[in-house]
Amino acid sequence: MPGNLREQIELITDRYPNRRSAIMPALFLAQKQHGYLSGEVQAQVAGILDVPEIWVFELATFYTMFHTEPIGTFHIQVCTNVSCLLRRADNLLKFLENRLQIKTGETTEDGRFSLSSVECLGACDKAPALMVNQDYFENQDEDKIDQILDRLSAMGMNVSRDK
Amino acid sequence: MFEKVLLRNIEIPNSHEIGVYENAGGYKSLATVLNNYKPNDLIDTVKESKLRGRGGAGFPTGMKWSFVPKDTKKTPLLCCNADEGEPGTFKDRALMEKDPHMMLEGIVIAAYAIGAKICYIYIRGEYELSINRVENAIKEAYAKGYLGSDILGSGFGLDVYIHRGAGAYICGEETALLESIEGRRAQPKLKPPFPAVEGLYGCPTVINNVETFACLPHIIERGPDWFKNIGPKESPGPKLYCLSGQVKRPGLYELPMGISIRELVENYGGGSCSGKIKAVIPGGVSAPMFPENQLDIGLDFNSLAAAGSMLGSAGVIVLDDTTCIVQVITRITEFFNHESCGKCTPCREGLDWSAKILLRIEAGEGKHEDLERLDSLCNTIFGNSFCALGVGASWALQATLKHFRDEFVQHIEEGKCPFH
Repeated sequence: MPGNLREQIELITDRYPNRRSAIMPALFLAQKQHGYLSGEVQAQVAGILDVPEIWVFELATFYTMFHTEPIGTFHIQVCTNVSCLLRRADNLLKFLENRLQIKTGETTEDGRFSLSSVECLGACDKAPALMVNQDYFENQDEDKIDQILDRLSAMGMNVSRDK
Repeated sequence: MFEKVLLRNIEIPNSHEIGVYENAGGYKSLATVLNNYKPNDLIDTVKESKLRGRGGAGFPTGMKWSFVPKDTKKTPLLCCNADEGEPGTFKDRALMEKDPHMMLEGIVIAAYAIGAKICYIYIRGEYELSINRVENAIKEAYAKGYLGSDILGSGFGLDVYIHRGAGAYICGEETALLESIEGRRAQPKLKPPFPAVEGLYGCPTVINNVETFACLPHIIERGPDWFKNIGPKESPGPKLYCLSGQVKRPGLYELPMGISIRELVENYGGGSCSGKIKAVIPGGVSAPMFPENQLDIGLDFNSLAAAGSMLGSAGVIVLDDTTCIVQVITRITEFFNHESCGKCTPCREGLDWSAKILLRIEAGEGKHEDLERLDSLCNTIFGNSFCALGVGASWALQATLKHFRDEFVQHIEEGKCPFH
C-alpha cells in the first residue's frame, strides 16, 4: 500500500471546496486498505477528514459498493437485470450457488468467495455478464465460469482485495 | 451507410490515446471555439443545432446553458453525468473506454460557454476501465494544454476532476448526483431551484451527459445546420443506440435519430433470436415497452413521447416470443424497488407492494383483483414523488399491464407461469 491512509485522503481533499465531499473517495481508499468498512474504519475516516461520524456512516450504508461487513477475497457479482435475465443469468447464478455451496448474498466459509446478484453492469450487448472484484467477464456460460473459478481457486489467499 | 461520427475513432488501435484523437482531427474544434467564439455565440450555435440532451430527458442543451444567470457572483460549475445505470444502456461506457477525449473536448467547450472553471465528471463506480481511461485522458489533456489555467493561450482555464460513484442508480438523477458529490446520500431534491440557478455548492451548475458532450466538437466542426439536418427536425443528430436482449446481433449502433424500432432490430440487429418479436423496450427499462405491432415508431424524442413511451437512454431491449412478460416486468419492478432512495412514500412503499404482487403472480399465486390493485398502485406512484424514478417504474408497469393483460390473466388462471 503506497503511503498511509491519511496521506492518501489528504491528497483528494484538494479537489473539493469542503471536506464532506471527500468522504466517498476516502471510503474507497479505506475499503481498499482494510477490505471492508468496519465501524472502526469509518470512525478513522471521520477523524482524518474531521467530519461527524454520522456523515461517514450514512454514506457507507447507502451505496452498494461500500461493504460494512467482511467480504470474500473474490466478490462475484452476477448481473440479473433484464438483458442478462433474457440470456439466462438466473441459471448462472444457480450454477454458482451450487459450485460454491453458498446462497446468493453469502460468503464461503474460507472467506475466499462472496456471491451477489447485482443490477445492470452496462454490458448488455455481451450478456450474461458478471464481475469478479473490479474485472468484467462477459458472454458467460457454465464452462467459462468453471474456468474462472478454477483459476481463482488456484491463486493464493494473499491476493489483494478490490484490486 | 450512415457516416459514423461519435464512433468514428473506436476501431482505431489505441483510440483512447490523445495522439490518436489529435491525428483524427481532435481538439481542433476547441481551438476554433477559443479563437472565434464568444460564449454567447457558442450558446446560440448549440441552440441552432437543436441538440437535445442524450442522458434521457432530451432537454435542449443550448437552452439549459442559457439558464445560467449572467449576473451571478458565484462562478458556475459544470458536471458530466457519466453515472450510466439505466438497464439496457452501455453507450457512455463505450465512449469513455474507447474515446474519452471526444467527451473531454466537449466538456471544455461547454465550460467555456457557461463560464465554468471546474468540471466534475461523475462516473459510476463499477466502470473501472472508464475511470482509468478518463483519468489518463485528463492527464494527457493537461500536458498538451487543453486543460489547466490558460488553455491554448486563450486565458480561459478549466480544471477537471473525477468523482467516482459507489453503486446507486439514483445518482443518474441530476439533483441526486449533486448531493452525492457534496458527500450526502443521493436523494433527489425538489425543483426549483433548478441546478442551473442554484446547484452544486450553491453555484449555478450545468449537468450534461457523456454523449451530449461528445456531440459538441462535431457541431463546431461541421456547423449547426449539418447536425439539425440529420433525422427529425425537432429531435435531430447522430445517435447511439444500445441494442440488447433476444436479438441476433446485439451491440452499439450509431444511426440517425428517428430510425424506426423495426429497422434497428431487423436490419441492424438481424432480427430476434426466435424469429418472432413479442415486444421491444425502446429506451431503458423506465420506458414503456411496445408490442410487435407498434414497432414502426421512430426512435427519437418526439415520436416515442407521442406514442406513449420515451427515448430515454436509447437502451433498446428485444423480447422474443419465448419471453415471459410477467417475469420481465417483475424483474424491472424489483430493480426500481431496490434503487428507490426511500425519500418519497409513494415510490418507496408503492414499488415494494407492486414487486410483491408481481412475484406472487409470476409464482402462480395471483388473483384477478391483483391486476386492479397494481393499476391503482401505479396511479398512486406516478407523479407523486420528487424525481422520475417512480414515474418511470409505474409508467413501464402500467403499459405492460395494458399491452399484455392476457399474459397476466393466463398466469392467474393456470396457477403457474406458462413459460417456466
